[in-house]
Amino acid sequence: MKNFLKLLSSAPFSAKFGIVVIFIYLVVAIFAPLIAPYGEREILGRAYELWSSEYLLGTDNLGRDMLSRLIYGARNTIGLTLIITVLAFSLGGILGMIAAALGGRVDQILSRIVDVFMAIPGLIFALLILSFFGTSMPYLIGTIVVLDATRVFRIARATAMDVAVMDYVEVAQLRGEKLGWVVRKEILPNITAPLLAEFGLRFCFVFLFISALSFLGLGIQPPTADWGSMVRDNATLISYGDITPLIPASAVALLTIAVNFVVDWMLHRSSGLKDV
Amino acid sequence: MSDNTINNSNRELTPLLQMKGLRIEGLSDNGWQEIVCGIDLELKRGEILGLIGESGAGKSTIGLAAMGYARDGCRFTEGDIIFDGIELRTAPEEEKRKLRGTRISYVAQSAAAAFNPAHRLLDQFVEGPVDHQILSRIDAKEKGRALYRSLDLPDPENIGDRWPHQVSGGQLQRMMVAMAMSCEPDMIIFDEPTTALDVTTQIEVLKTIKEIVIDRNVAAIYVTHDLAVVAQMADHLMVLRHGKLVEVNSTGQILKAPKQEYTRDLLKARNRDEKMPAPTPNPQTLLSIDSVTAGYGKGPDVLQDVSIMVERGQTVAVVGESGSGKSTLARVITGLLPTRSGGVSFEEELLPPALNQRQKQQLQKVQMIYQLPDVALNPRQRVRDVIGRPLSFYLGLKGKEKENRIKELLRQIELPESYIDRLPNELSGGEKQRICIARALAAKPELIVCDEVTSALDSIVAKAILNLLQRLQNELGLTYIFISHDLDTVASIADQVVVLYAGRIAEQGPKSAVFQPPFHPYTRLLLSSVPEMRQGWLEETLATRETQAGIAHEVKITEQGCPFVERCPVSIEDVCVHNRPPIQTTVSSGHAFACQHSAKVLLEESEQ
Repeated sequence: MKNFLKLLSSAPFSAKFGIVVIFIYLVVAIFAPLIAPYGEREILGRAYELWSSEYLLGTDNLGRDMLSRLIYGARNTIGLTLIITVLAFSLGGILGMIAAALGGRVDQILSRIVDVFMAIPGLIFALLILSFFGTSMPYLIGTIVVLDATRVFRIARATAMDVAVMDYVEVAQLRGEKLGWVVRKEILPNITAPLLAEFGLRFCFVFLFISALSFLGLGIQPPTADWGSMVRDNATLISYGDITPLIPASAVALLTIAVNFVVDWMLHRSSGLKDV
Repeated sequence: MSDNTINNSNRELTPLLQMKGLRIEGLSDNGWQEIVCGIDLELKRGEILGLIGESGAGKSTIGLAAMGYARDGCRFTEGDIIFDGIELRTAPEEEKRKLRGTRISYVAQSAAAAFNPAHRLLDQFVEGPVDHQILSRIDAKEKGRALYRSLDLPDPENIGDRWPHQVSGGQLQRMMVAMAMSCEPDMIIFDEPTTALDVTTQIEVLKTIKEIVIDRNVAAIYVTHDLAVVAQMADHLMVLRHGKLVEVNSTGQILKAPKQEYTRDLLKARNRDEKMPAPTPNPQTLLSIDSVTAGYGKGPDVLQDVSIMVERGQTVAVVGESGSGKSTLARVITGLLPTRSGGVSFEEELLPPALNQRQKQQLQKVQMIYQLPDVALNPRQRVRDVIGRPLSFYLGLKGKEKENRIKELLRQIELPESYIDRLPNELSGGEKQRICIARALAAKPELIVCDEVTSALDSIVAKAILNLLQRLQNELGLTYIFISHDLDTVASIADQVVVLYAGRIAEQGPKSAVFQPPFHPYTRLLLSSVPEMRQGWLEETLATRETQAGIAHEVKITEQGCPFVERCPVSIEDVCVHNRPPIQTTVSSGHAFACQHSAKVLLEESEQ
């Protein structure tokens, strides 16, 4: 813990800023019911009410409190994003490392499958699947996980390849170790730094992707609050010079920037460590 | 006119390069630490100064400082560097830039890494003179060809049109020396220019360097850890340790009468104690390799019809230049590379060719130690895990029992028990190699394959590792297959010697029979190429027939005839090119070599 604090204090300003922002988002997401003044789905007043002391950010197209929905939206969107990113990393990471460790035919087959997936533009692929199977949560998660796992696979395979040619991996093979051990104990600990950095980036992309899908009406379904659909539902307000719909949009933007600051710092550290 | 004379004599008297009280600091985990602690140095025109020491002695840092350059994470703190009247420490970057490449140039250790693989050699040669506007592109190219010619490079008119990967390692290193000469500099810094090379290639490069430096009256700083090599080159030697000067004197004096204890240690590290032949009461074959042929992918046979018997408790050394198939042999024994034909038997039991078909117990008995301990240890695993894994994997040890055994192994390899929780980056090179040895021992093996285990280490550390291996063999009755290109090492540790050339056995037998006197012309070439710790050795060796015929050639695998024919001083026209050499034997038991000539003829030849 002490080391961790020491590490934090050595971070540059941008990274500290990012960490603080992420921390605030997490607190808001976790304690949403305590912080939000009203319920997520409560219809309180007329549609599109202006900012007032009662409704700090006004109300949305159905008369629900914008601020409350913004707070609940953090919970839904971040939660979903986290689940998807973790799943995508598990799937892509494990397959990537296996491909690197085994090489040969296994590597060829896995890599070509991934190439096929990557050849189709992500958004179009997702639209296709979701409009075909319907927009239920499992399909949403499954689709984005598979799409994102292809990117993770590429980076996991590339970094694991560098490790797999090391003599210590050969030593483990000569000892007669099974594939699981080689991947878990010899390769994984040596590629965690680039994978973690990639995790941060992927998190942002998934976040934006969900928001984009929600904006198109294929993401998180109403009445569940989420930032993407909040922008869409209230977009008309912009025509009247009201900036309210931009607030969920900037919530997305701010988190993206914060995560990227932290990721940059981590990447810098991991590349610096290699030089020593 | 008189002015001129005075100027000239002044030029001769004042040193070209002078360092006074130079101090350099390097950034480490614990902040700035002094890595060069007050060095004084003088170099006159036409002189070669050897900087010698182990890794971490600061010799490369001083070499670079002679160009006014401090690596990233290093900084000059005190002292002067004066090159021909110019203070380099304070000189503006632009002025230093003009000096570098034109008046001072640098030859790095690895030519393969120093050349840009995406440009032709001659195009890289002309960069210096053209950028510094000394020569036009056409003149520079002409000059390059002339230099290649004077360095005896093959096909000097066209070799510059090749890409770096199309010439051999030795040639590439010589091309880099040529490149350093492109602007006729006053001073050249050589940073371990032959360390990564085979002994035969080393001679080829040393010859080139010596010609350049002496013929053109250039001053040079020669940085190396190999005293025998620098003895051939330098007029003066500076022995360095931990950034401090140990001793400075003329080369002859240092070799004959070293004043400091440390210098004596360095000298001794070369002259190794000869190993007493291990007593073998009832010889018992542990491993036998029977006419093995092997190769990679669809490529040629890298090993052809190789048969070796390894007796229990003995050390069999496998020697040869790079490309001779030594490491491939190790891969065949361990099962990493399945054979194309022939087989490997262990304790009279035929081993399955591929690794994944071998039983755990078969794997346990054959362990391997690698050349580079840095990449043979997982940087994320502590010593406890590295040594502990084979204990639990093969022997099923757990908890306290395992812990005790790890500590016992640490004691055996002469490291303190407190090292048990260290990570590899908290260990020195020699300590890492010891951990690798402990990992091999943990499996309770019968046979350990040592692949160039000392070639990445400093001479004093290497000697300690060899002594350790020797002691372990005596105590535990281990059998070693010792792969090395360093005949000095082999001479000290081996019982049996196998000389490989282009995937075929050139000669094998007991050490004394193979080395004293050497029969096969290749063995003779290898032996005569090992630098000796005395001045004048290089010139003597270059004058011999073996060297003249044998150096500056690559190892080529041939389908027919004797692969060594191109480099052989005694080859028989038409015969050696087409016919496989027959196996000749001598009076020593187990001694055999492959040559058209009989032992008697070869012996007479060598006496001429």
